[in-house]
Amino acid sequence: MAIILFRVDERLIHGQVVIGWGNQLRPDRYLVVDEKLALSDWEQDLYRLGAAGVEVQFVAPEVARENLEAWRLDTARSILLTREVSVMGRLAEGGLMIGEKVNLGGVHHGPGREEFLTYLHLTEDEISELEKMNLAGVEVTARDLPDTHRVSLETLLKSKWKYS
Amino acid sequence: MSNILTVRGIVVGHGNIPEGLLDAVRRIAGDQSEGLTAISNSGLSVEDLKIKLDAVSGSDPTIMFTDLLVGSCGIAAAYSCRNTTERIVVSGVNLPMLLEFIFHRDLPLNELAERVADTGREAIRCSSADI
Repeated sequence: MAIILFRVDERLIHGQVVIGWGNQLRPDRYLVVDEKLALSDWEQDLYRLGAAGVEVQFVAPEVARENLEAWRLDTARSILLTREVSVMGRLAEGGLMIGEKVNLGGVHHGPGREEFLTYLHLTEDEISELEKMNLAGVEVTARDLPDTHRVSLETLLKSKWKYS
Repeated sequence: MSNILTVRGIVVGHGNIPEGLLDAVRRIAGDQSEGLTAISNSGLSVEDLKIKLDAVSGSDPTIMFTDLLVGSCGIAAAYSCRNTTERIVVSGVNLPMLLEFIFHRDLPLNELAERVADTGREAIRCSSADI
């Protein structure tokens, strides 16, 4: 399978992804799925500077849904990034991501968000979205860097429940 | 010391880098380090970082010193400097460029940005035989 990592990270292409994950996974391409960035040339140029020479494609969520299968079959190895849980959820709708794993990498504190891990803050809606994905056969786990501990969605939600 | 035309400096970087660099500047230059502010990216989203950068810059001419060209700090600084001629990003911050900065804050913004970037580059050498 040529999409080697599906990751939710609001910073998209940044040090943790390019150095931390990139050095281990050696992707040929980053696929950034984001409505706004797909329309903004100057922001695309900015993010490309951070990709250490690896190709970057910016695509809107609906286009990404159409391309998902082709990317999987492609020989190029891709890391697919979304800024938001909801966009990853949209990609997975209709069973498009059954059997895939989604990595929760970094969502910072904000209004209506609760802390689950130091790098992960989620809203109620995002939790429901993730549970829905899990039930639909997508394995959701949190891990900021490849060498750190992997936390399953179940553990994540249980630990929160225990302390709140 | 402060004067409406002096350039403001913000060091924006990962973890403790900004405060660490400012601490070093203070130890070397004492009170003359005023005009520099440290902003860490710890726990902040790109949007939150940009809001902080905008608030500290205000309408002053400002250089934003970032540790990396891109990443959350570089991206936030680029957003903050977009559509204004009063703010410039200088990436790859190091101590020599900050020292150059605090002693020349009365220069025009563009000239000062070029000057500190040159100083920062020149300070990097590979071998002791080169000195």
